[in-house]
Amino acid sequence: MPGGGAVRAIRQRIKSVQNTAKVTKAMELVASSKMRRAQQRAFGARPYASQMRAVLAQLSGYAQGAEDAHPLLASRPVKHFAFIHITADRGLAGGLNANMNRAGATLALEHQPHVERVSVITVGRKGRDFFRRSGFPRLAEFTALGDYPGFEAVRPIARLVIDDFTSGAVDQVFIGYQQFVNTAVQRPTVRQLLPVSSPGGDEDAGATEFIFEPSPEGLLATLLPRYVEMQIFEALLEASASEQSARMVAMRAATDAANAMVQDLTLTYNKARQEMITGELLDIVGGKAALEQGS
Amino acid sequence: MPLHLIVVTAERTVLDRTDVQRVIVPTTEGQITLLPMHAPLMASLAIGELVAVTPTGSEAMAVHGGFVQIVRDTVTILADAAERVEDIDEERAEAARARAQRRLAGERITTEEGQVDLLRARLSMERALVRVKVRRRRRGTGAPAMTDRA
Repeated sequence: MPGGGAVRAIRQRIKSVQNTAKVTKAMELVASSKMRRAQQRAFGARPYASQMRAVLAQLSGYAQGAEDAHPLLASRPVKHFAFIHITADRGLAGGLNANMNRAGATLALEHQPHVERVSVITVGRKGRDFFRRSGFPRLAEFTALGDYPGFEAVRPIARLVIDDFTSGAVDQVFIGYQQFVNTAVQRPTVRQLLPVSSPGGDEDAGATEFIFEPSPEGLLATLLPRYVEMQIFEALLEASASEQSARMVAMRAATDAANAMVQDLTLTYNKARQEMITGELLDIVGGKAALEQGS
Repeated sequence: MPLHLIVVTAERTVLDRTDVQRVIVPTTEGQITLLPMHAPLMASLAIGELVAVTPTGSEAMAVHGGFVQIVRDTVTILADAAERVEDIDEERAEAARARAQRRLAGERITTEEGQVDLLRARLSMERALVRVKVRRRRRGTGAPAMTDRA
């Protein structure tokens, strides 16, 4: 029978799409619970970040004009430009990683004509794979930081860039990550990490006479590496919140698409089934008529 | 006018109180007590015990390095880590102390990596000691912070 095979094929296809929908639905739920936690962590870090910016603004307002108050503040002609590129380890998150990689590539290409060397430090598997193909030298690769990277994950990354910057191996360091705007919007963001440009908080910096213990320079020396770590940490948290939200949204879209497809297929299936039955009936009726004529 | 005390770490806000009468802070230059109307001050934090005295009692926590700032009666503590006394697991701290001690008493260290390990062990020892100290001191002293949660 010609119709039967087609009908069975549609039925199988419906089954398979339904299974896909089940999987994407499950992934959506997982991502949404991870997203909640990742967002909380991103928000939890904000008070520390903003307080630290305020402290640094005041401190550097104090050591004004003294750009050489600390090596991490000193800018110099850029020969070797490096950037930390943060992506997710896993895909299935819509355009998240592709967008980030594009932003990273743009950054690298923009700087390339002006410097002798552009290298990249990748955090996350997706960015690593992308830059492995690109031909830009990679200073280091960090992967598998987990869904909720802790502060200790930051230390080796910060140590690497701080050491390379102070030793003069690298003259400028940027950091790029997906900024979490809201559940639907993540924005690839790129900013300078080293030399540390002090956050503009000049309103009451200098206006207040501080007592420093030990000295402003001493405090700066302990604060600046922390500040760098904190900025990387913030970027990691933002990236992780972005990843989970993007995945949740992507999986929801996939589930919706699968369900719509099931609906379409069901219609086609019913139509095909009806046609098949009609065909069978016609065959029977026709057969019977032939028999009657024959008798 | 009481002090506003904010203790934050990179991961979360540990404490935010506006009814603090004085704060005893361990700094690298020594222990200091901050009272209202204190001159603006910035100092680096040592590993030690931080005590906030409030009208209803006092709150103690172990802090592990960072910064302290006081401006206009607002005390901001940027701690590398901070634990409230009721969050400290004494057994774990004790175990960490013992572990650090064993490592410190261990074989002679010659490599640079070994030096780093040694430093790490010494720091973790210091942290563990503070935890144990803070925890012990606050137990059974009738500090409201404890009896409330007992």
